Amino acid sequence: MNLNQIVTDLSYFLPELILTAVLLMVIIFDLFQKAETSIRAGYLAIGGLALVTLALFGQDVSAPQGIFSNMLAVDGFGRYFKVVVSVGAMLVMWMSLNSNELKNRRVGEYYVLILVLVLGMFFLVSATHLLSIYISLEMVSIMSYLLSGYLKEQMRSNEASIKYVVFGAFSSGILLYGFSLLYGLTGSASIFEIQAALSAGAISPVLLLLILVMVLVGFGYKIAAVPFHFWTPDVYEGAPAPITAFLSVAPKAAGFAIIIRFFNVAFSSSGNPNMEAWSALENMNWQAVIGLMSVLSMTVGNVIALQQSNIKRMLAYSSIAHAGYMLLGVVVADQTGISAILYYAAIYMLMNLGAFFVAIHVKNAFDTEEIEDYQGLGYKAPVLGVIMAIFMFSLTGLPPTGGFVAKFYLFRALIEYGDLYFWLALIGLVNGVISLYYYMRVVKAMYFGKMEIPETVHNAPLNITILLVILAVPLLFAWMVGDPLSAYTQDAVHFFIN
Amino acid sequence: MENHLLSIVTFLPIFGAVVIALVPREKLNWIRWGAAAITGLQLILAIWILKVFDFSTPEVQLVEHYAWIPDFNIEFFMGIDGLSAPMVLLTALLSFLAVFTSWNIEKAQKGYFALFLLLDAGMMGVFVSLDFFLFYIFWEVMLLPMYFLIGIWGGPQREYAAIKFFLYTLFGSVLLLLGMLALYFISEPHTFNMLILAEQSSQFGKGLLLGMNAGKVIFILLFVGFAIKVPIFPFHTWLPLAHVEAPTAISVILAGVLLKMGTYGFLRISFPILKEAAIWFALPLAILGLINIIYGAMAALAQRDLKKMVAYSSVSHMGFVLLGMAALTPAGMNGAVFQMFNHGTISAMLFMLVGVVYDRAHHRDIEGFGGIAKVVPIYAGVTAMAFFAGLGLPGFSGFISEALCFIGAFPVFTWITIFATLGIVLNAGYFLWAYQRIFMGELNSKYENLEEINNRELFALIPLAIITFFLGVYPTPMLNLMSSSLNHLVEVVKSAGMVAGL
Repeated sequence: MNLNQIVTDLSYFLPELILTAVLLMVIIFDLFQKAETSIRAGYLAIGGLALVTLALFGQDVSAPQGIFSNMLAVDGFGRYFKVVVSVGAMLVMWMSLNSNELKNRRVGEYYVLILVLVLGMFFLVSATHLLSIYISLEMVSIMSYLLSGYLKEQMRSNEASIKYVVFGAFSSGILLYGFSLLYGLTGSASIFEIQAALSAGAISPVLLLLILVMVLVGFGYKIAAVPFHFWTPDVYEGAPAPITAFLSVAPKAAGFAIIIRFFNVAFSSSGNPNMEAWSALENMNWQAVIGLMSVLSMTVGNVIALQQSNIKRMLAYSSIAHAGYMLLGVVVADQTGISAILYYAAIYMLMNLGAFFVAIHVKNAFDTEEIEDYQGLGYKAPVLGVIMAIFMFSLTGLPPTGGFVAKFYLFRALIEYGDLYFWLALIGLVNGVISLYYYMRVVKAMYFGKMEIPETVHNAPLNITILLVILAVPLLFAWMVGDPLSAYTQDAVHFFIN
Repeated sequence: MENHLLSIVTFLPIFGAVVIALVPREKLNWIRWGAAAITGLQLILAIWILKVFDFSTPEVQLVEHYAWIPDFNIEFFMGIDGLSAPMVLLTALLSFLAVFTSWNIEKAQKGYFALFLLLDAGMMGVFVSLDFFLFYIFWEVMLLPMYFLIGIWGGPQREYAAIKFFLYTLFGSVLLLLGMLALYFISEPHTFNMLILAEQSSQFGKGLLLGMNAGKVIFILLFVGFAIKVPIFPFHTWLPLAHVEAPTAISVILAGVLLKMGTYGFLRISFPILKEAAIWFALPLAILGLINIIYGAMAALAQRDLKKMVAYSSVSHMGFVLLGMAALTPAGMNGAVFQMFNHGTISAMLFMLVGVVYDRAHHRDIEGFGGIAKVVPIYAGVTAMAFFAGLGLPGFSGFISEALCFIGAFPVFTWITIFATLGIVLNAGYFLWAYQRIFMGELNSKYENLEEINNRELFALIPLAIITFFLGVYPTPMLNLMSSSLNHLVEVVKSAGMVAGL
């Protein structure tokens, strides 16, 4: 690889370069700020990310490229997730500006850490080489550990961070071991060459199963799928609330991106996810294993969520269930399945961030995270109540909200596949009914029970209200004429193939 | 405007809900009269629809047909035929009258009427949709306002009743969704259009789903979805609770309109689209109908709570509908749909009357009254009439439709029909026994000063009473309205059965 090639490749790397420049700028800018004014770094970071997002939209991905010796891919699929992640990061930073937990402390590096996390996810969603996958995964993980322990003086935040580190180190160790086996067996670390070597055959099925399990441990932990979910509730409860919101959405989406890319290239029969449909490698039925993981995630997540009384823990368990729904799309190795996941990831980001943000504001204003204490919120704070109800309905998947449309596309993909996945669809839908119960507990607390119209209604600050409206409105109109997001996700299923 | 009558009649209440949401909450009269005006206008439109409706053909009419989500061939497709026309009228009529029953709602009136209008729009949408996806959206949209209406304005156990109602019906809905998607993918080209699906009926019997006949599997999925709404034993346990806890007007809507959606679903979707499976399932359906009739009546007999008794009477009365439609004969089918309409008007009256006495006495214990006919003669008279209509006395519409169901079912399910007639006796039993305990005998001294039924309440009741009486004496207009569509339905289902050799 010569220097000229690197320079050409850099032109495909513009969003990442801008992001790097922004994060360096924020670090330097923060040096000149006092603790009280360090929040300005947040505004700078949001502005920078907006620029990055623009650069992403400006990027030409019509001809997918591999850059830096095919370490990274620049394609429609990767770009979609980069947009999701950076929009999510902007929204979370916006909410962080209002967070009480982060008041009265230096927050410059907080925003820097989020930016680095975003950069890590940019790499992760486009990685096509075992090394780039592992490094970017670690980059995401380490930033997540740091951010969940950001409230240094709080025991729970420390606990969250430590638990996260222990689980994370353990699972990435196993992932690395799996990778080393793969490399040893195939003699290559590029996922394309791995696919070629594996599909040539002559590898023992037992070994393949071992590799599959090890890879799934590493990736499954990132998306918090059962049985790799044990860290989730404690980390989500202890971390600063905006970070919890972010962790439940962005790294999860990035984790799905790498699962989709890795499995549908390295472990598929054709190695080409740009075809209409394909199947798993012979001797390695990962579709069945992921199907099982999906059923477990949905069921365990939902059943445990039923018993939670703290809203953050409830949302944590429900996020496990949502990972299960999204895994359903992975099981169907075809384009409709993948575009359904892309759709779900975007809608899920809106509704889950929304629910967390309401919870954060309620904590700021009324100092509680218990669902019981939402009693009468619908009357005390009518705007907040209605918006929260929309998020809850959407998370349940009730029409006419975006959550329904997202689920509809997923189950449509499953049933289209035929008889085989009908049971999976049934289990998924029944899980939706279970989730109704705990999401409605929030609505019930807000509206049912004793009603007293207070003298003065509580209104969230204007900027929070605007933020919540931005999140809620697309959910209400997602299904309207034409559904532009659906068209966009279908275009985005476009992979780089070596 | 005539081309868009159905969208207007459906979306008018949504417009009304938005307007009401903008009215300041102190302007109580604006809110109430606004709701009355919107539903009144809707009723006028519904009558207009019947006026332009040509009941001599089974064709769907007043069609509105547009592409909606072209990628998935989802259409905005509305139209009515002889099956939906009576339901449109019933929905508009009961919504209008229920506004007056809601006059004395005590808290958060603005939210109440806005949600009520949303519910109205959802119900109307279900009855006019001819695209399965659109139908499903309306079917689900209805759940949200219902959940709030029971949960906020209901009785002491309202929270439990609301979530139970929601869980049951959502469970039914997801099965409906599965069945809907299975139909979509078996049809070629993929479509949600109910009329095209019905044309492709023979396709569904051929494929396999879960290793069984696809048509039968889908039929069962849809059956459970609809059965929960009807409700058919053993899916009925949400009903007594929801009916009892809901405020009066919402009980009226629940019994009057929502229950009809289940049976409407059978006739609109399951029967015409899955004809062979419908014939295969006719006998079980008739047996379930019989269980509903007898079990509902026995349970009603055992109640001390007047509202619960009326709720169980609904279970019993919906059994006649099932029996009539299972027979797949013109008489049975006409009887079934006629019974749907009649049960709508009669049960609405019954729930309104229960509401009247509850507002005054603050309890509904049948044993807790006694002799009040002396104090409130007009109320006693109206109740007597409604009870007689409920027990199917000749001269009231319920008699005609129940008789038609029996006439239609007798040649096909002779023994079942014979046992089902026992239901009539039991019906008479609990209605008369309850009447006796409440109105006759020694006057309970607590109720010496019981207030007589007022004009507003009478205003809501009298139109229903007139309709019940009129259709009991002269049912032809209503039967004409629906018979050509229903006879056609029976014919196509039967002939598909012949072809399949059933």
